[in-house]
Amino acid sequence: MVASRNPLEPIEPPAVEAVGIECGYGNEPILKDLSFTVRPGEVFFIIGGSGCGKSTLLRHLVGLNRPTAGDVKFFGHSFLDADTAARRDLLKRFGVLYQGGALWSSLTLMENVALPLEEYTTLTRRERSELAAFKLSQVGLAGYENYYPSEISGGMKKRAGLARALALDPAIVFFDEPSAGLDPITSRKLDELILQVRALQGTTCVVVSHELDSIFGIADRVLMLDRTAKGRIALGDPRVLAMESTDPRVREFLQRGVRPGEKGFDSGRTGKH
Amino acid sequence: MSRTNANLALSRSAAEVCVDERADGVVVTLSGVWKITAAKPDWRPSRLVKKPSALRVAIAPGIGEWDSSLLLFVHELRSWATVADVACNLDALPEEMQTMLAQFSQACLQARPQDRSRNFVAAIGVAAHDVMDKTREIARFIGECVYSGIHLAKNPHKFRLRDCLEEMQQCGAMSLPIVSLIGLLVGLILAYQAAVLMRQFGADIYVADAVGLSMVREMGAMMTAVVLAGRTGAAFAATLGNMRANDEIDALETLGIRPVDFLVMPKIVALGLMMPLLALYANFMGIFGGMLVAQGILDIPPSAYWIETVSAIDLSDVMSGMIKASAFGFLVGLSGCHRGLLAERSAAGVGRAATSAVVMALVLIILSDAFFAIAFNLLGI
Repeated sequence: MVASRNPLEPIEPPAVEAVGIECGYGNEPILKDLSFTVRPGEVFFIIGGSGCGKSTLLRHLVGLNRPTAGDVKFFGHSFLDADTAARRDLLKRFGVLYQGGALWSSLTLMENVALPLEEYTTLTRRERSELAAFKLSQVGLAGYENYYPSEISGGMKKRAGLARALALDPAIVFFDEPSAGLDPITSRKLDELILQVRALQGTTCVVVSHELDSIFGIADRVLMLDRTAKGRIALGDPRVLAMESTDPRVREFLQRGVRPGEKGFDSGRTGKH
Repeated sequence: MSRTNANLALSRSAAEVCVDERADGVVVTLSGVWKITAAKPDWRPSRLVKKPSALRVAIAPGIGEWDSSLLLFVHELRSWATVADVACNLDALPEEMQTMLAQFSQACLQARPQDRSRNFVAAIGVAAHDVMDKTREIARFIGECVYSGIHLAKNPHKFRLRDCLEEMQQCGAMSLPIVSLIGLLVGLILAYQAAVLMRQFGADIYVADAVGLSMVREMGAMMTAVVLAGRTGAAFAATLGNMRANDEIDALETLGIRPVDFLVMPKIVALGLMMPLLALYANFMGIFGGMLVAQGILDIPPSAYWIETVSAIDLSDVMSGMIKASAFGFLVGLSGCHRGLLAERSAAGVGRAATSAVVMALVLIILSDAFFAIAFNLLGI
């Protein structure tokens, strides 16, 4: 839903920009001096092993936690220093799909999707319902509008969560482990949905995941975090990184699909032994 | 031919609707930036001077970004045209937009509100069924508890004593402040009420009898049970409900461990043991509260009040209160655990379990108190 861009228009600022972020829980930082940018319309993955701070970073990017240092910018506007009105304006521009869907259990799927519309638009009740039904149909949940979250499966909950995240047609959608707990087929369908969302609306997708199928299937670029480095160890196209990275941790992670003993497994470490 | 520019925008680039009324029909041209979170154009087809023979929707060449708000607007136009029997032509719209509009219309058609309400007779039937189911569930749960009690009595090493001691601390020692406050205030209230009556007959000293007997036989146990129903019964239900939502109960069952043995018995036993002690403590606090009122209002010295209290109460009164308290403890524990184990697997389900545990405990306390009143009367206690 993006009109063709005038070549004379100035270059767009990054959709998401992290500037020297330091964050963690308690006194011990998990991530230190982390900077990166996400381009508009990009499918950007944040990857890394368990405990490296992927989900922590996501929580800090969407404002659930405040970094101890640094800044988060959306389209060039600081999110952390924004006053209440500006922050609310920025909140409208991104949606978040949480790991388990995080649907409100006392509301039907339609009510779940309609709630952001109720909060941020002046639409009538009927219009909100129609839009919510449309959003649900976009994620393949047509006919489930009046179901409660407890009445649907885990994969459907995630899709309904995505419909809710897309309710305001945000410019950016954050995904927290979208494939976690899903079978490969459902997981692949969710990946296709991410691509569909990007294709239809030019939405920037920031995905926290460590699913190699998804990473190689849909990611334009990946940011790889590491627990001991407390920050970034790689940034770029995952296919290129898997083959050309000089960091053995990056190669080991991205080549995990290769079975131990097969040619190419762990080849980055052979020189050290 | 009239031409209306319905620019309702807040800024230069906001959504615009340009209406061109011609002899062969109306052309509605959409331009600007269409954002769902921005103010929507308030032009409606009903504003047309006369009903057109046809309606054509077009997109201005320089249209900016658009989102669902544009789809919604065109959908409404088309719906109006259908109702007003006006031919609606959307051929000028981009193909992508037409595809999404088709999906939008399809979704709106499919999303019929589901009526979950029932007629009156059906509602009564369902409610009656529900009562029968719940009664059966409670009976089964009590049976399971009795079975567990016998099983654990035969195999005492399987009883989770450590959990039981922790629960005793939680529902016993940690409840002392609230039980102190409630016991003292109940004693004060009873003494005030009794003083009004006794004074009329010059029988001030009998305030001690009234407060002592009321507390020991009835109010001590009852008020402690009410406090613990709200404090501990709800906590049991919430804890077990949350465990159920997290599949922890299922994990126990697949390990061959009966949840009633593992989770319920320590809680019920702890509450059944601690409740009489708390009730005894509440009795003393109530008598102390009465003593304060007697000294402050009726000028009865504490020693005289105490002697009168001790002479009025005998061991059977104390024991009847203790038996009640113990029964109330079991009932509060039973309600909390029962509702928790049957909680729905959601946050709202856990909340409902906690609420219904308190309600169930209070109903059972009152019912059993009535039963005890009749039984003690028949037994002459």
